Amino acid sequence: MYAYSDFDDAFVRARVAEFAGQVARRLDGSLTEEEFRPLRLMNGLYLQLHAYMLRVAIPYGTISPRQMRQLAHIADRWDRGYGHFTTRQNIQFNWPRLEDVPAILSALADVGMHAIQTSGNCVRNVTADHFAGAAADEIADPRPYAELLRQWSTDHPEFSFLPRKFKIAISGSPNDRAVTRAHDIGLRMVTQDGAPGFEVLVGGGLGRTPMLGHVIRDFLPEADLLPYVEAILSAYNEAGRRDNKYKARIKITVFEHGLDAFRATVEDRFAALRAVWPGVDPALWADIRAAFAPPAFRDGPTAAHEAAQRADPAYRAWASRNLAPHRHPGHVIVTVSLKAHGATPGDATADQMRALADIAEAWGYGELRISHEQNVILPHVRKADLPAVFAALTQAGLATANVDLISDIIACPGMDYCSLATARSIPIAQAIATHFRDAGLEGEIGPMKVKISGCINACGHHHVGHIGILGLERAGVETYQITLGGDHTETAAIGERVGPGFAGDEVVPAIDRLVRAYLALRLSPDETFIAAFRRLGAEPFRAALYDRAVRDAA
Amino acid sequence: MTRGFTPKVVTASDLRRGDVVWLTADDRWTRDLREAELITEEAHAQLRLLHAQAQPLVVVGAYLAEARQGPEGPEPVHFREAFRARGPSNYPHGKQEVLRSRGA
Ligand code: HEM
Ligand code: SF4
Repeated sequence: MYAYSDFDDAFVRARVAEFAGQVARRLDGSLTEEEFRPLRLMNGLYLQLHAYMLRVAIPYGTISPRQMRQLAHIADRWDRGYGHFTTRQNIQFNWPRLEDVPAILSALADVGMHAIQTSGNCVRNVTADHFAGAAADEIADPRPYAELLRQWSTDHPEFSFLPRKFKIAISGSPNDRAVTRAHDIGLRMVTQDGAPGFEVLVGGGLGRTPMLGHVIRDFLPEADLLPYVEAILSAYNEAGRRDNKYKARIKITVFEHGLDAFRATVEDRFAALRAVWPGVDPALWADIRAAFAPPAFRDGPTAAHEAAQRADPAYRAWASRNLAPHRHPGHVIVTVSLKAHGATPGDATADQMRALADIAEAWGYGELRISHEQNVILPHVRKADLPAVFAALTQAGLATANVDLISDIIACPGMDYCSLATARSIPIAQAIATHFRDAGLEGEIGPMKVKISGCINACGHHHVGHIGILGLERAGVETYQITLGGDHTETAAIGERVGPGFAGDEVVPAIDRLVRAYLALRLSPDETFIAAFRRLGAEPFRAALYDRAVRDAA
Repeated sequence: MTRGFTPKVVTASDLRRGDVVWLTADDRWTRDLREAELITEEAHAQLRLLHAQAQPLVVVGAYLAEARQGPEGPEPVHFREAFRARGPSNYPHGKQEVLRSRGA
């Protein structure tokens, strides 16, 4: 994977030293809180409901075993022995003390990590397909482009004070696992006459005004990536609204100006930039590409995997749920679920992080990824080694066989941690997961995406969940609004609200009625919930959600 | 008690630790809501808030939170304040640890 150059290392260390000075000046009173707040946010440090929270970037979700061990060390030494992996491929530590943060940042710099641009109105951590470099359906590994964008956008003087935050996602496959249509810029790798390039989407975003991105360019040659992205940012930087932060995202700029007018501005600017653009330094680009070269895959017999499948039902269940096709024969992609039933979605203990690092080194060519679905990926595992991997995961409490099922829930921290929350998310996720496990229905239901946010900001992607749950406050109590029919993939859709909200303890019974209605209505077990929803429309599902008598009659 | 004024406590985050604190009648910052000063006069509430805001090296983001008198002292009214006074629901962290260690 990409290793820091001397330039990167010096840059990050200088930032740590600068922030250490800022913390010291806050503590001795030379900086007021008003002066300090934007400085700490630029370094990923928030003040939350119970403590500070430090958000650390995991660029395009790629992390080495050594870095994972360092996160474990930080969790043990300065936090509460765990970390929370987020939908933006970051990790959040929920309990650091202000005076410890410079030491934490320094420990991160030791392994080529940082918290820069994980907050603020700048280009945030670029996210990518978590199966990048491994997926059987991939055109090309998107991460070299993500790294190029990271280098280009880090401390970019023109784009450090944008109207609002700016999120870029990139996918190298026709199957969109990076939710590109819900990002300010979505990049999807495509080919034209055999040459690689990108379909460029602009103006997607969730939050209080959810919108799906529009195609602004259907084919952008790969060599034009940086000047084109720069043209979009420059057009947005000028036209984006600064008078109202709820109207400041690029989705509103595109909506208010119209896609065609916005495209014309971008294309003009692009023509000017392209004319003077010298191109990416070929030596630098070659180094970046080399950093993402696939490992030397070793072939091996698959008999042990097949034998384990026959012998062990737990192994069989796990292998049928948590594996995905790999580009190289004899290999698979393993998704390690961080969604044990009743646990907090996305949380891993320090011991689990160390176990993941060990497993990746022993059987995964030393590679690990974090997915936007808050799971961990072992991108390259030989089928021959799967039984050993399963045994080690089981020991670490990481062998939950529920990927893509109703308990594989995305949930934001909600009011258990977040100061912006209007209700809790985590207890709802816990209750749904344990309910459907206990009912023994998970496997029968099949693929089902439940996504939960604790306020309208939509950090938990609820708009694109098959079942989306939004926590709100109504008359002094936590209330949950349910949306149906959202989709986060290449067939992206924003879910529709089907009726009034539910009290916290009504959510599980309502979803139980909905799910049972789906099971009764589907044409066959192969018809997924989202397929049945598209065939039948919202009405039968709405009726089930709100028909409190259905369950009693059943 | 001021007419139309609902009782309040002064609360904030500790600058260094970032955790929740409440102002007591004898000018301490406590980590147990039941020890906080329950303020029933509007003018007094404003004075106590100013007093808190004048301590930028101790606390951050001081505000008045609604509270009511309970058997052991002030209790939260809004659920957000109840969570602040207790800690997250997914782990036994936050204020519930402090309370437990005191055998409450
Ligand atoms: C510290 C707590 C957090 C704060 C203060 C926060 C703040 C926000 C705000 C204000 C928005 C709305 C932006 C807009 O509509 O313009 C937002 C959106 C979002 N946040 Fe967070 N967030 C937090 C935690 C998280 C976490 C834990 C995740 C990942 C699980 C996350 C991922 C996202 C995503 C995916 C969106 C929606 C996409 C978009 O930007 O439109 N955030 N966040
Ligand atoms: S959706 Fe709201 S509650 Fe959840 S993390 Fe984002 S800002 Fe906080």
